[in-house]
Amino acid sequence: MNKTDWPLYEVFIRSRHGLSHKHVGSVHAADETMAMENARELYTRRNEGTSIWVVNSNAICASAPEQKDAMFTSPIEKIYRHPSFYQLPASVDKM
Amino acid sequence: MSDCYATQGHDSLNQYILHMADNSLVLGQRLCELCTHAPILEEETALMNTSLDLFGQARNWLDYAVANNPELGDCDALAMGRDERHFLNLLLCEQGNGNFADSMARQYLFDVWHRLTLKALCQSQDSQIAAIAAKSIKEVDYHEQRSRNWVIRLGDGTQQSHEYMQSAINDLWSYTDELFVQGDDELQLVAQGIAANQANIEDQWRATVGQTLTEATLTQPTDCFQKFGGKQGEHSEPFGLMLAEMQSLYRAHPGAVW
Repeated sequence: MNKTDWPLYEVFIRSRHGLSHKHVGSVHAADETMAMENARELYTRRNEGTSIWVVNSNAICASAPEQKDAMFTSPIEKIYRHPSFYQLPASVDKM
Repeated sequence: MSDCYATQGHDSLNQYILHMADNSLVLGQRLCELCTHAPILEEETALMNTSLDLFGQARNWLDYAVANNPELGDCDALAMGRDERHFLNLLLCEQGNGNFADSMARQYLFDVWHRLTLKALCQSQDSQIAAIAAKSIKEVDYHEQRSRNWVIRLGDGTQQSHEYMQSAINDLWSYTDELFVQGDDELQLVAQGIAANQANIEDQWRATVGQTLTEATLTQPTDCFQKFGGKQGEHSEPFGLMLAEMQSLYRAHPGAVW
C-alpha cells in the first residue's frame, strides 16, 4: 500500500476552556486508531485540548460553493431573525 | 573531570540514576537521527515528540544526579562530557534505527520495560526518584500505546510487513535479558526500597510482550544468544559513533549558550 493511499481524517479539538469541539485541521492515517494518535501528536502538543474527535473526511457532506447564493444570501437581509431586539436578563451569561 | 566519574563508581545511587538517565538520553538521540526520515509527516512529528519526551526525562534524572554530587558539574557536562565507558544505558536503547519495523520493535520492547520500571519507582523510598517517575510515566504510557499499535499493525499486516517485524523482534531479542539483570549495588538499592525490583518486572514484561506478539501473529524467539554489558559501560561499536555525533558540538564549544 502506498502512503498516499491513506485516507484523510478531519480533526476536531475541544480546548481547555472551550464549550464545543472545533475543527483544527486534518491528518492522514491508515485507520481511526492511527488518526487519533496522529491528531494527538500534531494538534495537542501545546496543551490545546481535553478531547479529540476524528472523522473520515469522506463522511462529511459539504455544501457546494456554487450554491453559495441560494444557500446563504437570503438571510442577510432578514435582520428580524436575530434576537437583537430583546433585552437579555443580566443573569444570562452565554448566548 | 574523569576523577569525578571514578568516584561516581562508588556511589550506587548515582549509578542507578545515571542508568535511568542514559536509557532515555540514548534512545532519544537514536530517535532524533530519524528526523526528516520518517515515512509520513504525522509519524515524523510523533517520533520527535517521543524523542523530546525522553530528553526531558534524561534532564530530570541528570539534574538529580548533579544535585547529589555537585562535583559532576551540570546536566550538560554529564550528557555531553562523558565517554562511552561511563554511559550506563541498556544495550537495547543504543541499537541502530534499521528500518521502521526495527525502530518500532526497539521502542516497544523498551517502552514496556520503561513503564513497568517507572511504575515501581513511583513507590520509591527516594522521594525525588518517585517524583521523576510519576512525571515520566504518563509520557511513557503513551509511547507504549503507540509503539504497541505499530508492532501489531506491521506484524498482522501484509506478508512483507510481517517479515520485517518478525526479523526486527528476532534481532532485538538478544538484548532483552539485560533488562532484568541487577548487580549487587542495585540489589542493595532494591532492598532499601529505592530501586525497582526487576525480578517482579520480568514476569510482567514477558506476559505483556508475549500477549502483544501473539496479537501481532509474531513468534517469540527462543534460545536466543543474549548480550549484556550496557549497564556496566560496555557498549557496541556503533554506540561510539552515535555518541561522537551527539557530543561533537558540546566538545567543540564547551559551555556555549544561545
